[in-house]
Order: sequence, then structure tokens, then C-alpha cells
Amino acid sequence: MRYVDEFRDGELAQKLAREIETLVEPGREVKIMEVCGGHTHAIYKHGVEHLVPTEVDFVHGPGCPVCVIPMGRVDDAIALAERPDVVFATFGDMMRVPGGRGSLLEAKARDADVRMVYSPLDALELARQNPDREVVFFAIGFETTAPATALTLLRARAEGVRNFSAFCNHVTIGPPLRAILDSPGLRLDAFIAPGHVSTVIGTRPYEFIVDEYDKPVVVTAFEPLDILQAVVMLLRQLREGRCEVENQYTRVVRRDGNPRALEALEETMELRDTFEWRGLGWIGHSALKLRPEFADWDAEARFELPGDRVEDPKACQCGEVLIGAIKPWECRVFGTACTPERPIGTCMVSSEGACAAYYNYGRLARPRDTVPA
Amino acid sequence: MTLAHGSGGKATRALVESLFLEELGNPLLEPLGDSALLELNGSRVAFTTDSYVVKPIVFPGGDIGELAVNGTVNDLAVSGAKPVALSAGFLVEEGFEIAELRRLAASMARAAKAAGVAVATGDTKVVERGKADGLYVNTAGIGLVPTGLELGGERVRPGDRVLLSGTLGDHGMAVMIARGELALEVELESDTAPVHELAASLLELGDAVRWLRDPTRGGLATALNELAEDARLAVALEEAALPLRPEVVGACEILGIDPLYVANEGKLVAVVAPEASEEALERLRGHELGADAAIVGEIRADPEGLVLLDTAFGGSRIVDMLVGDPLPRIC
Repeated sequence: MRYVDEFRDGELAQKLAREIETLVEPGREVKIMEVCGGHTHAIYKHGVEHLVPTEVDFVHGPGCPVCVIPMGRVDDAIALAERPDVVFATFGDMMRVPGGRGSLLEAKARDADVRMVYSPLDALELARQNPDREVVFFAIGFETTAPATALTLLRARAEGVRNFSAFCNHVTIGPPLRAILDSPGLRLDAFIAPGHVSTVIGTRPYEFIVDEYDKPVVVTAFEPLDILQAVVMLLRQLREGRCEVENQYTRVVRRDGNPRALEALEETMELRDTFEWRGLGWIGHSALKLRPEFADWDAEARFELPGDRVEDPKACQCGEVLIGAIKPWECRVFGTACTPERPIGTCMVSSEGACAAYYNYGRLARPRDTVPA
Repeated sequence: MTLAHGSGGKATRALVESLFLEELGNPLLEPLGDSALLELNGSRVAFTTDSYVVKPIVFPGGDIGELAVNGTVNDLAVSGAKPVALSAGFLVEEGFEIAELRRLAASMARAAKAAGVAVATGDTKVVERGKADGLYVNTAGIGLVPTGLELGGERVRPGDRVLLSGTLGDHGMAVMIARGELALEVELESDTAPVHELAASLLELGDAVRWLRDPTRGGLATALNELAEDARLAVALEEAALPLRPEVVGACEILGIDPLYVANEGKLVAVVAPEASEEALERLRGHELGADAAIVGEIRADPEGLVLLDTAFGGSRIVDMLVGDPLPRIC
């Protein structure tokens, strides 16, 4: 298929793999964090790990929007969904994420009106079709999905749709990266920065990684050839002693991002003082809420929410997986108590979560990996 | 119950094993094949049933009536049986158009004629408005299994080849798109068709044919995972060899769905001894329903119980059983 096959060409992959061979020092491990869950998914789905020498170690970062939503917020979502006057609209990935009181899928089975949508605009359409119900959209995601929520809010206001609101859980990519870089004992050599987020925010927001932490960054697209090319670019920077933010995804990403999307965000949302991240804890200025001017469309302002904080399950090591401190299979419940059918931690829920990607696609061990039976 | 229990994947299997087998278990049910195999007065009879709740009931390439006949015919065919007769049960919602029911019955009749079976008995129930989503159909079927024919996971050996009779995922994607919720414009038809002639043609190869299945709910991935588990062997698929329509690839790519998990309603997957695999492929390709048939993989001794995929990109990964309904990704 055009626009897909050319990015999955096996021969080109072999060429890049050979180039990577020449760029690594035998025996010296290079730890590369792919920040985004989309990259994690692509790495496992296409078997990219099997193409690179064992010296290249992919560390799976926190960029899965479903994985970082804390359990308390899922419980808030369920409380909204269980109100008899509410139609609760959510992306499919969020349906199975467990909170303290089960998942939205289970709430749906108990009669809550939960609908799966592909876009916040679909939720707005639901509001138009159900004028006597309150339609609440579960807004999640990084700056990738936040502009779509912003545009939907602007449209709801312009059209005077009053029975639509957003339960805003949008997060930002910069602060958790800083939190990871500040975590003690962490050893990372380089970053594959997310592609789709960068179409919105541009490449500037990563410059602190280069300036303050001295780690090379390549903003990268999501096809397997893109990822291999990014590895080549990062290894070249390391070998040549350079440290820059490079852009592999030039077919879409500009340094200043997408000004119109950023304007829509600026108009509708502002930074929260702090927000809880699953596994990472509270991170200052790391999430967005609706501006007071949009209080009429803000589910947090319009409905009473439990707002309880729920501790992550003790056995779950999602936090350590999310900062790359351990591999998915090194978690004490991976594949035993925690599986895609019965996830304990969110990394096991979304197909872009590191644990689910590894469980679903990757359980073929590379030579030096030790995987418990 | 959640919808995942009906998806045909892991949750369905868990429900069947932990609840139905516990309560209803008996030697006829326990193999959990596509059909039960009975010995009646010296004849070997395959017996199967399936319910159809597809929405919308008329979709590009078919309707619930045709689907209900073909689905049950196929369950018999992949058990090695020659289909003989079907039953049809109709659960109809109050207010359903009689003319529509007639059209669907006529469609069933055409499908039954094409498959050489009779709808020999039936039942009608009407439920209140708001129940049954218009129309649900159940069919059961019986067929005759030739003496001496044995098919099953236990007969599969390392080195055997995996054959697929045509393109993957056409039915599931056609129905998903026909629901009109996705704002995708794709011209794609369901593959609903009876595969009994394909099966019969392969079975002429005798012992070389080890195992047959029609990969419906849960798709090829789920059918092969069940095989890997039953046979305690590995199934290795070659991604580049999988026949796929560009429309299906494109829609799956956009929705973040893997066509390996999408339902087929007119396809056959066969495990055949290596020396007979080319002949088997020719037989499939010689039939109009098998024009796109391909050898898509092989059986290996290990890793036991797993399905692997050698990617077109040059890597490899495992293909697990379906967990819940495929949920579209968000970004």
C-alpha cells in the first residue's frame, strides 16, 4: 500500500541495520529511550529489536497517554459515566484501564451509558443528537490529541451546544521527560522524541534535553524504517561528539510546530499547578485544564466528582517501567498476575503500553535478554 | 458478562472452559471442535450450531440470512463433513418488516441451494420492541463424515505447511465500515461464502491434510493460537505471504486494528504435509473462492504453543490470541 510499504522495506532495513553495526562499539551498550508508546508499539510489532545489535538497548518511555492516567481519575470518569443523565464518550483504549473501582468497560456492562468515539467531534455530535442528555467527553492524551479537544470546545461554544463538556486529562510531554532525567541512578544515552506530539509543539521543547542534560535527541516518525534511521542519527551524534535536537520526521514536523493548533490550545486551556502521573507521581505544570471562560463546558466544574487519590497497586512496577528503570518482564507481576486480560498496571492495557507491547509481540527473547518462564 | 466474552478470543475460551465445560462437560463436547462428532448406527455425523447477531443485518456482500447458512455449512465442512441439513431459528423483534424477513429467507434459500443443504426444520419467536435488534438467527447443522477421516491438532507435525484460501479480514472490516460510525469511505464486501467445496477438494489428498478451520471471530490469529496450544507446537507465519486487500490494509492501518484478528466468513485455513502443499495450493487456486490462496507459514517444533510472525520488515514477533474486542488506538 502506498505511503505505508515504502516505510517498511525489508531491504532498506537491512542496509540501515548494517550501518548501525558499524556505528556501535562492540560491548558498549547504548541506551536509547523511545519516549512515545507509538514507537514502542512499532518496535515490537515489526520486530525492530531483532534487527539491531544487542548493544542498542531500547528503553520504553512514558509517552503512552492511556498508561499515565492515575487510577483516581479513572474512578472519577466512572462516577461521571454512572450518572443517569450522562452519556460518557471515550476513546476505545481507555475502556479497559482499571481504576480503583474497575474499568469503564465493566461500568458499561453494569448499565452505564459509555460510548466509544474516534474523535471529540463525534462526542459533540452525540450531544447534538441527545439534547436531553449530558454528553461528557473523556479528554486524554498529550499535545497530540489536545488540539482536537480545543477545537471541539471552540465549536461547542460557537454553536451554543450546552449539553457537552470535557473531562480534561490532557498532559504535556516536557515535564515528565525532565522528571525522568532528574531521577537518580538513571542511565540514558539518547532520546527518540515523539513524532506526532512534535507536529503540534515543534522541536524547540526538547532543546533543554540537549542544553541542560547533554543528551542527543532525534524527533522521529512511527514507521519501522524511521526508527532505524533515528538510531543511525543518534549513534552518529554520539560518535561525532555532537549533541543536538535533530528532526528525522521532516515530512511533517517543523521547529515551531503548528501555530494554529497551539493557538486553539492557548485559547481554551491552561497549565494545572500539578497533576498526578501513574507511576511517576505528582509533576508540576505537567497537565492542562480548561480556562475559566470554558467552565460551562468543563465537566470538573459542572459535576461533583469523587476526586479521590488511589494508590497504585503495591505489586505493580509500572512506575519503574515508565522511567525505563526496569524492563517489562522484570516487573514482579508481568505475565503472571498482570496480563492484557487482567491488567494490574496501565502499561499492560493499551497496545502502546510497554508491557502490553512486549507481552503481545515481543516475548521472543533476544540472545542476551533473560526472560523468566 | 462483558462484550469481550463474545469476541471469540481469550475471554470466550475462558468462559467456555470454566463455565460451560464444567456444567455441561461430556466426551462429545470436550474436544471443543467446530462440530461435535457422533457415531450413529455406524455413520459418523458432525453436528454444530451457531447464532448470528450481525449489525447491520444487511451489509455489502451479504446479509444475516446468507451468513447464517454459510457459517454453519463452514463449521461442518472444516470438520471434514459433507453438509446435509440445517435448522433455522428466528428471533424477531416486534415491528420488523415482513417483506424484509421474506428477503432474508430467500437469501438463506439461495445460500442453502448453493451449499447443497436443506433447511429441514425451523422455529420462530417474536420478542417485544427494543429487544433482539431487529433479527437474530440461529442455525444448527448436521453432515456426514467419511469413514477413516481424521483431522485435528494432534495430527499436525513440524514442517507441515499452513495454507490460507484467500484474503484476510474482508468480512469484519466490511461490517465495521457498513455501520457508518467511522466516516471511512471504502468499497469493501464481506467474503461470506460456503467453503465446503474447497474443503472437499483438499480432503481428496487424504492423510496429508492434518487440520482445517474457518477463521471467523478472532480471525486467523485466534484459530492458529488454538492450534498451537492443542498441538503443542509453534506456528510461524510469513507476513509478506499473507493475502490482503489494500482496502483492508488501509482501513486497519487507520483504525489501528490488526487484520490477523479480523473475522472472515468464507475462508479456510489448512495445515497440510509439506510434500502435498503445492498440490493443495493448486487445488485451492483452481476454485473461484480460492483464487488468492497462499502458503502463509509452517509448523515448527518450538516455541511450543506460540504463533510467530516473521515481519516483512525482517524482524519477528509473536501473535497472541485476541484479548477482548480490538480497540482502536487514539493517536
